[in-house]
Amino acid sequence: MPYDPRLVQPMRDEMVRMGAQELKTVPEVDLALGDQKGTTLVFVNSVCGCAAGNARPSLALALAHQVRPQHVVTVFAGQDLEATSRARQYFSGYQPSSPSMALFRDGEVVHMIHRHQIEGRPPQAIATELAAAFDRYCATSSV
Amino acid sequence: MSGHVFHSGHQELHGITVVLDLEAGGICIGRFDREDESGVHLLNVSRHTAGVDDPSPEAFIRHTARFGVRADEKAVVLPPASVLRIRRLSEFDSAVP
Repeated sequence: MPYDPRLVQPMRDEMVRMGAQELKTVPEVDLALGDQKGTTLVFVNSVCGCAAGNARPSLALALAHQVRPQHVVTVFAGQDLEATSRARQYFSGYQPSSPSMALFRDGEVVHMIHRHQIEGRPPQAIATELAAAFDRYCATSSV
Repeated sequence: MSGHVFHSGHQELHGITVVLDLEAGGICIGRFDREDESGVHLLNVSRHTAGVDDPSPEAFIRHTARFGVRADEKAVVLPPASVLRIRRLSEFDSAVP
């Protein structure tokens, strides 16, 4: 059962402030992730304090990097259920977890950060990993 | 084992995805909830039975580290005597070969 929307709104706002586009419906997900060109980072948001509390700041830090994906979008696990389920269909072969992050290039997942790779790690360490992935996969398509 | 406790009052590994080596030879991977007199409580658990399941236990762990935990069981309690070792899944390399 989703949490009270008022409780999770600050977590949504945090994503929007860093420039992520919220995808709340299946058509919005398909529009963003179907027939992709270039690079897109999908952030699967979560209310979990064990991991999401570090995941969001880590992405904010990484997005300050010179090289970054062309598009940053987010779905909210446990809140926008259908949109999240749809987004995960694009992560073929990967088990669902939240929070998590998937970096796409031309529609293919080229880097995945699962929940277990976020838990207990400081935001700076996760951001460093993200920035390295941006350098590797987004260097020729940065905005 | 060091780490952050994000929820006050919870144990150090609460919320962390762990690998349990079992006395009977199997492996369980899941999210640590708590440990008490009844055992280790895991959520969203994937199991591997040595000698029964393919691939090898090591390959199973590496595959899980790379592709995520296949949550076959929602909740599992493993008696204290059955658990040989607890490690974080994040300790295992998930790099693409």
